[in-house]
Amino acid sequence: MATKVVGEITHPVFDVNVLRQDFPILTEEVYGKPFTYLDSAASAQKPRQVIEAISKVYSTEYSNVHRGVHYMSQKATDAMEEAREKIRSFINASSIREIIFVRGATEGINLIASSWGRRNLSAGDEIILTMLEHHSNIVPWQLIAEEVGASLKVVPIDRDGVLDMETYSNLLSDKTKFVAVTHVSNALGTILPVTELIRLAHERGAKVLVDGCQAAPHMKIDVRSLDADFYVLSGHKIYGPSGIGILYGKEKLLEAMPPYQGGGEMIDVVTFDKTTYADLPFKFEAGTPHIAGAIGMGAAVNYITAVGLDNIAAHENDLLKYGTNKLKGIDSLEIVGQAPEKAAILSFNLTGVHPHDVGTILDREGIAVRTGHHCAQPVMDYFDIASTVRASLGLYNNRSDIDALVAALERVKEIFG
Amino acid sequence: MSSSLKDLYQEIILDHSRNPKNFGLLEEYDRKANGTNPLCGDKVTIFLKLVGNVIGEAKFDARGCAISIASASMMTEMVKGKSIDEAKILFEKFTSLVTGQCYKVNDLEELETLSGVKDFPTRIKCATLPWHAMVAAIEESDEEVKTE
Repeated sequence: MATKVVGEITHPVFDVNVLRQDFPILTEEVYGKPFTYLDSAASAQKPRQVIEAISKVYSTEYSNVHRGVHYMSQKATDAMEEAREKIRSFINASSIREIIFVRGATEGINLIASSWGRRNLSAGDEIILTMLEHHSNIVPWQLIAEEVGASLKVVPIDRDGVLDMETYSNLLSDKTKFVAVTHVSNALGTILPVTELIRLAHERGAKVLVDGCQAAPHMKIDVRSLDADFYVLSGHKIYGPSGIGILYGKEKLLEAMPPYQGGGEMIDVVTFDKTTYADLPFKFEAGTPHIAGAIGMGAAVNYITAVGLDNIAAHENDLLKYGTNKLKGIDSLEIVGQAPEKAAILSFNLTGVHPHDVGTILDREGIAVRTGHHCAQPVMDYFDIASTVRASLGLYNNRSDIDALVAALERVKEIFG
Repeated sequence: MSSSLKDLYQEIILDHSRNPKNFGLLEEYDRKANGTNPLCGDKVTIFLKLVGNVIGEAKFDARGCAISIASASMMTEMVKGKSIDEAKILFEKFTSLVTGQCYKVNDLEELETLSGVKDFPTRIKCATLPWHAMVAAIEESDEEVKTE
């Protein structure tokens, strides 16, 4: 079998049980049972290559970045900028000037809504969202719409969780100034036809932001092929640290936008009369950044690139099929969201048992799932439910994890009779 | 099943959740309050009809888990016929029981079966939500009660 290098070690090509050894937390026990982690859509676990990269920053190359003349500052700056380049390459952006480090996708969306929105939106304009959006891609748009007198239009879904493209086409008009869509639904797993959504929006002259949080861990992202105007993703969903993410924006759009926050690092010259701003990407990076986080995110990008996103996608799709079939075999279980194009998420309910009760019982079996509305209440309202149980898959999950889930669901049924 | 799970999902609790007492809208009420748990989207509405200072009728409407439904069911049973002050004392006792501040609390009758919740910190709010809503109803608070 061919081998490839992951970090400093060598793996056979995608052997999940070998890859699992990279994730120290997976050997933990929970209530005396093996830890089964099925909550990667909330946050992915970290391979030791990422943990060690962060440790290395603080042990051997840490200082503030971009300003010190001393050796250690240069070393930290180089490491951080190397991470920026890795991420540029990871999403195939044209230039590192288009890669802005932010706290996470949420901050990236707020940055665009606030900076681009305030400059470009006015009364009567329309912003199009989809019913599948996470609250973080709804609320920033509500805030700016209210401020400038713009309005929001929402593209509905069908019972399978598929976006209604006909309504989307009809909603697009000359009033449409912006479209904010998720690449993959965090609640249902639906993969949206982002290329087509962007193409249609561009025909009307609207700009498009894609929330790539749930897509980046599972598929190759190419912002240029998508022709996305803005793309955001969070480090912690791609096996990197929390508190760091990136905002991609087309350079000419970012150039024309005012700064989001003022402070150090984002300036060129400051006097009390006037301040001029630093060039991209630093114009949008006020204050000391999350240095170790950025470097850790770079290590995570290295890791998943070495494992191979095609390998990850193939493995997860196989597991998703396996899990879907297993769950369908359980009486009284209903899968919520059955789009033909779907990634890594099994959202479901057991008739007569509340997701919180399911979650508590699974927890005592050592199984971590998410229960609740998944910060996507409009989706829940559409299906007329308060919440679901969500099992979400990462590259380290295997069939045993699904089997453990299915066995624990049988226990739930025993208890609730 | 682990013993703490058995404590949490006792038959009496499951019975109340399957066939809750006092479930539904009260057409004529004196006090009403809503409670929500923003984390899970669960909702409860408590209706009280007063006879002077005494709770004559209590009903609830809810969308929630077994624990919150059972808690609301038992609570509405318990507070009927109690004075407003007695209901508030019951609230204090119940809260201290399920948060583990007291291991044995008198006069709670069936409600004591919910004490297993104390071993499940993420679920305590499920048990207390209807109680907070009831107190809000008594105090005629217009604000929706939230667990967060």
